[in-house]
Amino acid sequence: MRDGVPSTSAQSALTRLRRRPEAWLLVVILIVGTIFSLTARDFLSLPNIIDLLETYSVQAIMAMGLFVVLVSGGIDISFAATASVAQYCAALLASQLGLPAPLVIMSGLAVGAILGCLNALLIHYVRITSIIATIAMMSVSFSLLMYFSGGKSIYTLPDWWTDRIVFWQTETESGDLVRITLPIVAMVVVTLFTWAWMIRSSAGRQLYAMGGNAEAARRIGIDIGRLQFVAYGYLGLMAAIAGMLQAHRVGESVPNAMYNTELAVLSAAVLGGASLTGGIGTVPGVLLGIVLLAILQNGLNLLGVSSYFFQIVIGITILASTSLTVISSRRGRRHRILAEAPANG
Amino acid sequence: MTDSVPFLRLRNVSKTFVGVRALQDIDWEVKPGEIHCLVGENGCGKSTLIKTVAGVHPPTSGTIEIGGEEVLPLDPAKAKALGIQVIFQDLSLFPNLSVSENIAVDDTLQNMLMPVNKPAMRKKTRAVLERLAFDLDLDAAVSDLSVAERQIVAIARGLAAEARLIFMDEPTASLTRAEVDRLLAIVSRLKADGIAVVFVSHRLDEVVEIAERVTVMRDGRKVGTWPVGEVDQKKIANLMTGLNIDNSIVARDMSSAEPVLEVKNLTRHGEFADIDFTLRCGEVLGIVGLLGSGRTELALALFGMHRVDSGTMALEGKPLTLRSNRDAVRAGIAYVSEDRLGLGVILPQSIGDNIMLAVMKSMTNGLGLIPDKSCRKLAGDWVQRLAIKVPSADRAVQTLSGGNQQRVVLAKWLATKPKVLILDSPTVGVDIKNKQGIYEVVSDLARQGVGIILISDEVSEVFATCDRVLHMRGGRILEEEVPGRVSEHDMEERIYA
Repeated sequence: MRDGVPSTSAQSALTRLRRRPEAWLLVVILIVGTIFSLTARDFLSLPNIIDLLETYSVQAIMAMGLFVVLVSGGIDISFAATASVAQYCAALLASQLGLPAPLVIMSGLAVGAILGCLNALLIHYVRITSIIATIAMMSVSFSLLMYFSGGKSIYTLPDWWTDRIVFWQTETESGDLVRITLPIVAMVVVTLFTWAWMIRSSAGRQLYAMGGNAEAARRIGIDIGRLQFVAYGYLGLMAAIAGMLQAHRVGESVPNAMYNTELAVLSAAVLGGASLTGGIGTVPGVLLGIVLLAILQNGLNLLGVSSYFFQIVIGITILASTSLTVISSRRGRRHRILAEAPANG
Repeated sequence: MTDSVPFLRLRNVSKTFVGVRALQDIDWEVKPGEIHCLVGENGCGKSTLIKTVAGVHPPTSGTIEIGGEEVLPLDPAKAKALGIQVIFQDLSLFPNLSVSENIAVDDTLQNMLMPVNKPAMRKKTRAVLERLAFDLDLDAAVSDLSVAERQIVAIARGLAAEARLIFMDEPTASLTRAEVDRLLAIVSRLKADGIAVVFVSHRLDEVVEIAERVTVMRDGRKVGTWPVGEVDQKKIANLMTGLNIDNSIVARDMSSAEPVLEVKNLTRHGEFADIDFTLRCGEVLGIVGLLGSGRTELALALFGMHRVDSGTMALEGKPLTLRSNRDAVRAGIAYVSEDRLGLGVILPQSIGDNIMLAVMKSMTNGLGLIPDKSCRKLAGDWVQRLAIKVPSADRAVQTLSGGNQQRVVLAKWLATKPKVLILDSPTVGVDIKNKQGIYEVVSDLARQGVGIILISDEVSEVFATCDRVLHMRGGRILEEEVPGRVSEHDMEERIYA
């Protein structure tokens, strides 16, 4: 037992901090950021940073939804397809039927939530492994979208959808316009809500409990089924928000515009310390994961490096960060027996 | 206390699972504030009984009363509300959450939209830990706690949920003696608060030590309930098995036999250090130690699964370096793992396929194929030699009982004709009758000249089967004992101390 070992709270707080993946991620981000700011002139400029934020807001919002599913102990590959479907359905309603804004937005959100709940249904009631269920759902919903849309984009989105909504703007000394727009604000709101919800609400704590030990959660009377619906439904909702924001940013609805973003979002979440086995992860971590991806892509772009190279760097970063976690935990385990011995004997 | 109304009373409770009678006409009662022991072999119905009371399994017939009132139908939430708490052997904690969140977990079970009141949870946790007179960092993650501390967390969680009766399933299996004592002190505190505790344990000495009454179960029936003073360990063992178990000592002096495996100064940083021993042909060498003493880590190193950092090994006088377990198998070392189900057998595959696994190479013919005939012969031979009870070797291993599964694992490794056989906790999850069978196989092999290392945490097991016993703790070998020269009781004192 460890009672005999004196440990001041400050000391343990420091060790705890050192063990957080977020701390390491922050260090990596600072290093990478410094390198880029020294090599690429525009990198640290305010317009570039705001631009980055806006570009990655869509992925960040999806990452928040995915984070919830990962914490619950599941995984979802279908959210990018869900986002596309929700976006396209809403775009159809808006452009073909001319429905008013609130109705269009509600419908889009409903489509996302329903697709998410369908995943939960397959996983909980049909007992299909989450990765299989969501890969199948991704395939089905995206193919249905391409089949019925014929791959045609919708360019006639109403003005209320495509007009930029600026919350705050300023001009820099060099004359560049810096604007805080709707996607950024939406990202901030979603992030703060997810953070508070997962840390403070009963549902959030139950999701962490379920991800940590599903059997124990069931034994103490947590309703696993309902939580699955909450988690996958939330991700569906987030995907729908992200999908509609994406159309807002580019001013059109392209059926396959978001296809293939799922792996980047998943990578960000894993980089940020969300465990694929569930129960572990934090909102700031996931956000930092997105930030690292954004910085890498943008910095390499500014340096004129091929985008394939970016993919390689992402792959290597993920391998490095996950192996570091595994190796450090293995060493910890190995050192326990002999270290505990004196206290035992 | 004797004339008070029992807190829990079962009348004629039976439970049938698809044709199998797991419980038969159980009449049983637990008094308020009583420390009660429930003992029985694996598969005797102890777990089913607990789960029935906890509302997990509805009984097929019979009644359950709590506090004098009929409570059926019962579900887990209702049982909990009535004050029934079960601490399962795996403790059912959330390793990723903090101590306080684990203990006050019920506070997070309310309306999903409600915010969690963390200060209230901490306050509740502190109050409960105070009642147990135990100090823990409320914010520490449970995955960072020792096994004993986790146990406290599980008990505290039961208290926080206002338990009136706590079942503890094998609570002492991985604790040292000091930790067990502390646990027992906590149990007597619970008793003072009027909380009844039912222990489910297989270490019989503890049963006799702290309980007021003992209930013995066998084959789904209650054999009886006795005040502790009226039964001793031996009687309980006999009641559990219905047999007269003979734990006579078999230790032989093997010091003149040829050494088969010599180990010197074997060290793997952080896991074990300076391990020295010599295993002789035909000898059964026991290694006893508690969970986490390094015994399994040592076994994995001897089998080449983990590399050692320093030290030497020699097999039949020739230096031995193991880079992987393939090297070990080739050299003639076999290892039957502790985690039989996880590592030892492939459950959905047939007995024959499992036995063949380790010798596949030697069975392939010129075309690189394995002739069905020789496969059948091998399986048939071993099924017969180890008396595995099956209609056919084509049956999937998962259809067998624990004891028979263990024999399949043994057969798999014996087919490699090993010189050294390492058995890690070979009788975990095997009932007493089948244990006896496995011990017979072991001593048979020893007689044929195989050197056997038997790793276990049950002193009674090594005492009855080994020629010498090494006592391991904290990654080191503390002493060597010879069963018979020290008594079983003394050996237990030293190991659990």
